Amino acid sequence: MLEIRNLHARIGDKEILKGLTLTVKDGEVAAIMGPNGSGKSTLSYVVSGREGYEVTAGEVFLNGENILDMPADERAAKGLFLAFQYPVEIPGVTTMTFLKAAMNSQRKHRGEAELSTPDFMKRVRTASDKLGVAQDMLRRALNVGFSGGEKKRMEVLQMTLLDPKFGILDETDSGLDIDALRVVAEGVNALRGDGRGFLVITHYQRLLEYIKPDSVHVMAAGRIVKSGGPELAHELEANGYRDYIGQAA
Amino acid sequence: MSATVTRIKSEAEASLESAFAVARESLPGQAKVQALRDEAAALFACNGLPTRRVEAWHYTDLRAAMRTMLPLAQPPGKALIAKAGAALAPAAEGQVRAVLIDGYFIDELSVGLITSDITMRPLDVTLAEGDRVAIEILSTPNLGRGDAALALNTAFMQGGVEIDVEPGYHAALPVELIQINSADKPSAIFSRSMVRAGAGSKFTLLERHISLGTEAVQKNDALVLFTSGRSQVEHVFVRERAPDSQTHVHSLLLNVWEDVKLNSFALVEGGGLLRRQIFARFESERAELSLSGSTLLRGKDHADTTLVVDHANPHNSSREYFKHIVDGSATGVFQGKIIVAPHAQKTEGMMKSQTILTGVDAAMYNKPELEIFADDVTCGHGATVGALDPVQLFYAMSRGLPRADAETLLLEAFAGDAIDRVADESLRDMLIARVRSWLQRRAMS
Ligand SMILES: Nc1ncnc2c1ncn2[C@@H]1O[C@H](COP(=O)(O)OP(=O)(O)OP(=O)(O)O)[C@@H](O)[C@H]1O
Ligand SMILES: [Mg+2]
Repeated sequence: MLEIRNLHARIGDKEILKGLTLTVKDGEVAAIMGPNGSGKSTLSYVVSGREGYEVTAGEVFLNGENILDMPADERAAKGLFLAFQYPVEIPGVTTMTFLKAAMNSQRKHRGEAELSTPDFMKRVRTASDKLGVAQDMLRRALNVGFSGGEKKRMEVLQMTLLDPKFGILDETDSGLDIDALRVVAEGVNALRGDGRGFLVITHYQRLLEYIKPDSVHVMAAGRIVKSGGPELAHELEANGYRDYIGQAA
Repeated sequence: MSATVTRIKSEAEASLESAFAVARESLPGQAKVQALRDEAAALFACNGLPTRRVEAWHYTDLRAAMRTMLPLAQPPGKALIAKAGAALAPAAEGQVRAVLIDGYFIDELSVGLITSDITMRPLDVTLAEGDRVAIEILSTPNLGRGDAALALNTAFMQGGVEIDVEPGYHAALPVELIQINSADKPSAIFSRSMVRAGAGSKFTLLERHISLGTEAVQKNDALVLFTSGRSQVEHVFVRERAPDSQTHVHSLLLNVWEDVKLNSFALVEGGGLLRRQIFARFESERAELSLSGSTLLRGKDHADTTLVVDHANPHNSSREYFKHIVDGSATGVFQGKIIVAPHAQKTEGMMKSQTILTGVDAAMYNKPELEIFADDVTCGHGATVGALDPVQLFYAMSRGLPRADAETLLLEAFAGDAIDRVADESLRDMLIARVRSWLQRRAMS
């Protein structure tokens, strides 16, 4: 369960999150929609522990534990995963090497033994087959020269392998062709259940056809300004954000 | 010149001059070699140790770093030779290995003195015999002229080794040149070695510099690498971490002849002060020269890489690619000068220096220079200095890597990028392993 209470965060003098409150229960898929620049990615970064933001008020609990003082790696080891809106290129580090380092770091943090190479390879092969990630991509430097869609698939592959308790997906649908969208959504749906929660940030109703949300929230100017069921996404698709923009300012 | 500048000699400079006067008679070599020594000593007497006022030494003040001269190193005794031998892994079957201790060639530890394809002998023998061609090559009349530190090496040179690879010979295993500093008492080392690649030969030369003790050492060594036409040489230089008490000037002198492929890579692990200067000259046409390296500095290390690549002839290409990681309050220097002579058309020269500063008080000085006198050339240079990318760091941490591990992963990739230029796979693995263990030590401190 992810609980965000009255979260205020700023970069320098600029306040971006202005008292955001949102709870996503175990097993729930919550969607956030909102205009460009409303602070959706900022929210995902602050929750996952990126440095450079000053949290001036509020709390974030992951499964009852306040995570705001933890560095990003500790939050990850506690089961938080962020699929980036813009996945980062890591030149010189093969995808395989990176995946292994990530999985073993989390295991180490949880006091589990390192994966044996065959076990690791098996997991990677199973997951990448399911997500249609070619083996030769795993030997290339992570995200370097990957197409937009390939990068997004790679995010979902990482999420699958790291098996988080809570996933934040920041516009994972953007840049995907129709087939890829289905594959990625299936990847996410496969992880639903077992009490895993998701926060899905998107601009398009289309993704929500594949990943059916339990709740939909409208974010504007750093706050949640409206919450509702799946029907809210349809309403936004039809009318846009004009009803909410004035309200937030 | 209208004005004479009178310098006051430092204690070290005065000692070096009088040490030369004393040693002159006993240093190896006949009249021709002695003339070279005298000429070099005269140049040194005139210039003294390089200071910041010498343009090529602007960021490394050798005079300030060498206040006094340490006693000249003596040939090592049996116990020392045994100790050094124990520190070395046994040579592989068929491997050729030359070992120097404190600059002196050590017969007992060297392997494959004379095979049918590679000949190795103490340089003192070459100097004493005075073979005209060998002495001419050794004196590198076209390289590093006027450099006072190199002149000092010429004046005092003794010890060292000559390795000759026969024309057309392709060596399966790297030829090793291992230079061990005993550092068991304060000492000054001046040695010069020479490797001659016969026409059409192909081999890898692994040059390692190792320190055993921690006593102060002033080391000034030079390697002349003479590549005859169509030879293909890969030179891998490893300067293992030295004690902070070490002051080391290393000159690499490269003659590049027609159709040569010469690839020289250096891993520098810091420690004390290191000035590595490479003087390269294209003597003919259609050669490819690659100079690259990864330099890892921490603590108060100072490491200076200075290149002078002289495109004295047309139709040659050079690539220079250097990576530096500067941690703690260390200082890195990269100076690269590419000279293109007026008739050296169709020259290609691309020089790059990239630095990641990880220390709060770390500093990096870059000075790339192009002196182009021909018009049909493709030359360029670029230098970047920055911190680790915070976005990459966050990305790795968000996947569960602790900060130190994330830094190590990114830094290894950064340094490894230059190591990728080494063709020999087992040497590449060795280099990456060394980088990894350097980074692990960094992460623990
Ligand atoms: N480092 C920064 N410095 C200053 N302003 C920033 C910084 N990062 C983000 N912002 C600003 O914060 C606001 C919110 O940005 P954010 O990326 O969170 O929006 P978003 O809702 O994800 O938008 P989009 O839908 O376009 O992805 C924007 O106005 C943006 O310009
Ligand atoms: Mg965004």
